[in-house]
Amino acid sequence: MFALPALIALPFLGGLAAWLVGLRNGSARLPWLVSLLTLLLEALLLLGVTGMTGGSGWRGHFAMPWIPLFGIDFRLDMDGLSLVMLWLNLAIAVPVLLTSSREIKERPGLYHFLTLATIAGINGVFLSTDLFLFFFFWELMLLPMFGVLLIWGGEHRARATLKFFIFTQGSGLLMLLSILALVFVHVQETGQLTFNYFALAGTGAMSRAAFPIMLGFLIAFAVKLPIVPFHAWAPEVYAEAPNGGTILLAGILGKTGAFGLIRFVFELFPAASAQIAPVVMAFAVVGILYCGWLAVAQDDMKRLVAYSSLSHLGYVVLGIFSGTRVGMEGAVVMMVAHGLSTSAIFLITGFIEERTGTRDMRRLGGLWPAMPQLSAFAMFFACALLGLPGIGDFVGEFLTLLATWHVNHVMAFFAAAGSVLSSIYALTWMLRVFYGPPVFAGEAPLGRPVAGVMWTLGAATVLLLVIGFFPQPLLDLSAPAAPQQIVSLAGGAR
Amino acid sequence: MNPNDPGAALAIAVVLFVLGLLGVMVRRNLLFMLISVEIMLNAAGLAFIAAGTRYHMADGQVMFLMILAYAAAEAAVGLAIVLRMHAAGRATLDADTGNRLKG
Amino acid sequence: MTALLPLVILCPLAVSIILLLSRGAMPARATCGLVALGMGLCAAIAVTEAVTFLTGPASTGALHVVLWNWMHVGGFGAQFALTLDRLSLVMMLVVSVVGFLILLYACAYMIDDPDIARFFTYMTLFVASMELLVLSSDLLGVYVGWEGVGVCSYLLVGFWYHERPNALAARKAFVVTRIGDALFLVGLLLLATGVGRLDIGSVLAIAPMAPRPAIALGCFLILGGAAAKSAMVPLQTWLPDAMAGPTPVSALIHAATMVTAGVYLIARLHAMFLLVPGIMFLCAVIGFITLLLAAGAAMVQTDIKRVLAYSTMSQLGYMYLALGCGAWQAAIFHLVTHAIFKALLFMGAGSIILRVHHEQDIFRMGGLRKSMPVVFYAFLAGAAALAGLPLISAGYFSKEMILTSAYNVAPLFWLGGVFGAFLTSIYIFRCVFITFWGHERTHPHGRTTIVEFVPLVILAVLAIVAGWVQTPEVIAPMHLFSTLLAPVFGPLPEEHGGGMLLLIGSIVPIIGVSIAWALYKPRHKAPVPLETPWTRTLRADWGFDALYDVLFVKPYFALARLNRGDAVIGFFGAVAWVTRTGGAMFAHMQSGQVRRYAGWIAAGTVLALCLAV
Repeated sequence: MFALPALIALPFLGGLAAWLVGLRNGSARLPWLVSLLTLLLEALLLLGVTGMTGGSGWRGHFAMPWIPLFGIDFRLDMDGLSLVMLWLNLAIAVPVLLTSSREIKERPGLYHFLTLATIAGINGVFLSTDLFLFFFFWELMLLPMFGVLLIWGGEHRARATLKFFIFTQGSGLLMLLSILALVFVHVQETGQLTFNYFALAGTGAMSRAAFPIMLGFLIAFAVKLPIVPFHAWAPEVYAEAPNGGTILLAGILGKTGAFGLIRFVFELFPAASAQIAPVVMAFAVVGILYCGWLAVAQDDMKRLVAYSSLSHLGYVVLGIFSGTRVGMEGAVVMMVAHGLSTSAIFLITGFIEERTGTRDMRRLGGLWPAMPQLSAFAMFFACALLGLPGIGDFVGEFLTLLATWHVNHVMAFFAAAGSVLSSIYALTWMLRVFYGPPVFAGEAPLGRPVAGVMWTLGAATVLLLVIGFFPQPLLDLSAPAAPQQIVSLAGGAR
Repeated sequence: MNPNDPGAALAIAVVLFVLGLLGVMVRRNLLFMLISVEIMLNAAGLAFIAAGTRYHMADGQVMFLMILAYAAAEAAVGLAIVLRMHAAGRATLDADTGNRLKG
Repeated sequence: MTALLPLVILCPLAVSIILLLSRGAMPARATCGLVALGMGLCAAIAVTEAVTFLTGPASTGALHVVLWNWMHVGGFGAQFALTLDRLSLVMMLVVSVVGFLILLYACAYMIDDPDIARFFTYMTLFVASMELLVLSSDLLGVYVGWEGVGVCSYLLVGFWYHERPNALAARKAFVVTRIGDALFLVGLLLLATGVGRLDIGSVLAIAPMAPRPAIALGCFLILGGAAAKSAMVPLQTWLPDAMAGPTPVSALIHAATMVTAGVYLIARLHAMFLLVPGIMFLCAVIGFITLLLAAGAAMVQTDIKRVLAYSTMSQLGYMYLALGCGAWQAAIFHLVTHAIFKALLFMGAGSIILRVHHEQDIFRMGGLRKSMPVVFYAFLAGAAALAGLPLISAGYFSKEMILTSAYNVAPLFWLGGVFGAFLTSIYIFRCVFITFWGHERTHPHGRTTIVEFVPLVILAVLAIVAGWVQTPEVIAPMHLFSTLLAPVFGPLPEEHGGGMLLLIGSIVPIIGVSIAWALYKPRHKAPVPLETPWTRTLRADWGFDALYDVLFVKPYFALARLNRGDAVIGFFGAVAWVTRTGGAMFAHMQSGQVRRYAGWIAAGTVLALCLAV
């Protein structure tokens, strides 16, 4: 079945095509259309994959030898979790593309290529079950992102890119070391050189080196997610990236860290990760409160949303490390809902920046009468941020809190207190940007709403409401499959 | 000289070596610096000879022959560099003027 | 009939969605028509439901309607389901009928506002959330409604968004209640862990078997949530500021329904609270303190809406006192009568405010008795009910019921309650006398329309007669209300000292009104507010607001501002700085002078040799 590699190859090739078209033509319109077409095809493909693969556990497989000498395969497997994340990736690609047509004026073809390559890399991360391949895609998803940051970023983009580079590459190195250590342990114990996830799942957990190896993975993903105190790169990079890049970063790129935590930390090393879980959860709670607190002090809208985003990711970490099914599924719902709501908010901030020319909240205010529809959407997504029940975020928040309460009452209490902080910063955002006397009263009107943006926001609203009121299908679908489920099959495939 | 007691030879070697080193550090003329390096190499050779005699092994002499070869090669390359610098129009053989590689 | 129940929620929700999607394109009159239709339908369905339920076979039990499974994961399950029993029936009627009247009134009040569609979007959404809160059989569903009404309250308080103080008041209202909501949420976590589901029936069934400390903690947390929603001490500071919203909002949300949600929640879970007398006592104490503090603050307010806001807090204090004393029927009874007369008072105040150029200071009104007689009589009926004038007011009967039960628990509570009633009658009639008697200080303009009159008159009549459904034994053996709620709360307990207490309770308000008349009867000189340090402190909510500002709000924002750059980022920045400066320092060593290099090599060798030896 070639559907899985096609899921990765399609965006990459589509991006390449968009680049080439842009090179020849020079206009922004054509590459945009090509990448739109790519996303459409990708959606159809994904729909087909979703339809074809039923049942639970591992839903799709693909394997062929890549570098047999080192036991490296080109190996892709899909479970419910990957499927959900693939859909989320696609859903977030839409606003990324949408903002680009208005924001990116120079070298649009290259921009489309880089974003689509990132998306391809992310798809690869979600699918690959060969550790070497995983690392390959991990880097593939980051490299184009550096380009996006460096070429189309804001004023201090060089510094932000350098920070992003150092943090992600440093953590990537740790991950590579962990992967190699795991493989060596496996070689020592079985005499077989392989990077196969399922094969390594058996030995990794038992080995005495499990704890340090797990730690390497953990830190790598913690930087990517990021978990406090490894979040130092995030606010600056979010703020400096072009809006499409920010949406990509906050909406889906960070989620690869959470995905990695589930697939490579929690499922490869259940015992070792349970051992360190209280520490990580404590950091998550600190992160929820600390970032929620700092969000209120920011003047830059994007930094505010960045901190709120960091605060929310704490719930994801709590859910994953609670070690319960409830928490795991809550974390997945939280990832999806947070991906949607954060991208929507970055879309809104981007739109405001485009119209008013600033993201500095000291210079904004009273936008409600000027852009009533956008303000209504902003209100809705602010409600999503502060965890209003009936919106998807609440389901995730509640389930992760419930799972945390099982493990530790005090942590759950403080994490729940985060909802007070989130209401403070969300409403402060509303207050400073949309309420109050209009700042732009005397100047030209801020223009008509853009249909594409409004439709995207509307779609995100509907999706979040659906997740909020009918989360059950998502909960059923998103259960990650255990590596043990496939051991027999893995043997057969090799 | 007692072949079993290389102390004196080693002392001379140390003195020679320190002289050479001081020469490298205090002289600014490239030619004199090269000469000082030669002295240091010879000091090392002397130490090898003494040690070889002490342990009744040929290794010391082998090493000395090798050091001779090194010294010849070093002198050839070093002098070539000096000539090259002169050909490039440098007026002086002052080593401190060649500091364009500083960090 | 089970099919009709969801419509009670769906009708206002549908109106809300239609108005939202219309994006203000609908003419104001059509908007009002739609709202009146939707809310009328909602009220009609609620009444029909109530009648069929009470005459039906399950009239003492409960009616369940499961809508859909919300989530089911691990050992935890929650569903959207509605329960109609006699308690939720009473609340549903209050929300639907009083809500209908207030929204009708709001049609007249807001007709000239260009943003009327947005206003009614929020209002009807609020009604839908409130109905969900009341009817949901799952505590998580209650929480959905609970937060929904909170957000609607936020939106409506900040409805006139172009003024910054309104927006600040809205944020404050939401954040302060959110503190309670977070406590409530933690309480839900506790219950969900212990019970595995949050279905109220299951929770109450399992509670007696559960360990007592856990139940006590759960009840404490839920009490915290309820207290914040009902503006009880110490989380009461938001309610006076919330008066920044349009007056119908204050009538509906901050008097009749949302603030009483906490009372309803505790009454709903009374079986659990009965297990932990300590928490019950705490509840009574909170109510007791609030009723006195708020009555004291109401004595010196100059803004008519703030007078009413503090009186709402004070009356809610009575309800919590009743809950704490286990007088569930009395609490709910007072909730109902209070919803009627306080909505009436707010609507009366709204009519006044509308006609005196949005002036809210009672000391700039006066003599309005002649120019707006209907409003005057309606307001008088409400004031009488609030003061609890004997026999001719609904508030009298419900308040006496509370005071009698309080006396049976602790005479001190009774004494405080009576003192509170005394203050109540003074402050509300102070307000009446200053506003309606004396010289006209602001000339009213326009007319009060018929659409405003209808709800005013209906509620005024109700404020007079509604109390007669439940009277003390001494006056008449009328027990309709307690009989109605008996299947939920059990029969009314035997109470002592009825006659004497009743006599005192009847005399006190009359004395209060007399004192108010003596102080504020019409004179030549226009009345002026008392200005002493004491009254200033009282007027500013006993200084709670200022205290919280200094203790929590300012430090929170100031410290966050101080750490705006984020110390953690600073730490990594410091690491980068050390690396860079260190590199620059070592870069100096590379001077390009061969002689130096030789020296360094020699020094390094010597050092290495020394270390080796």
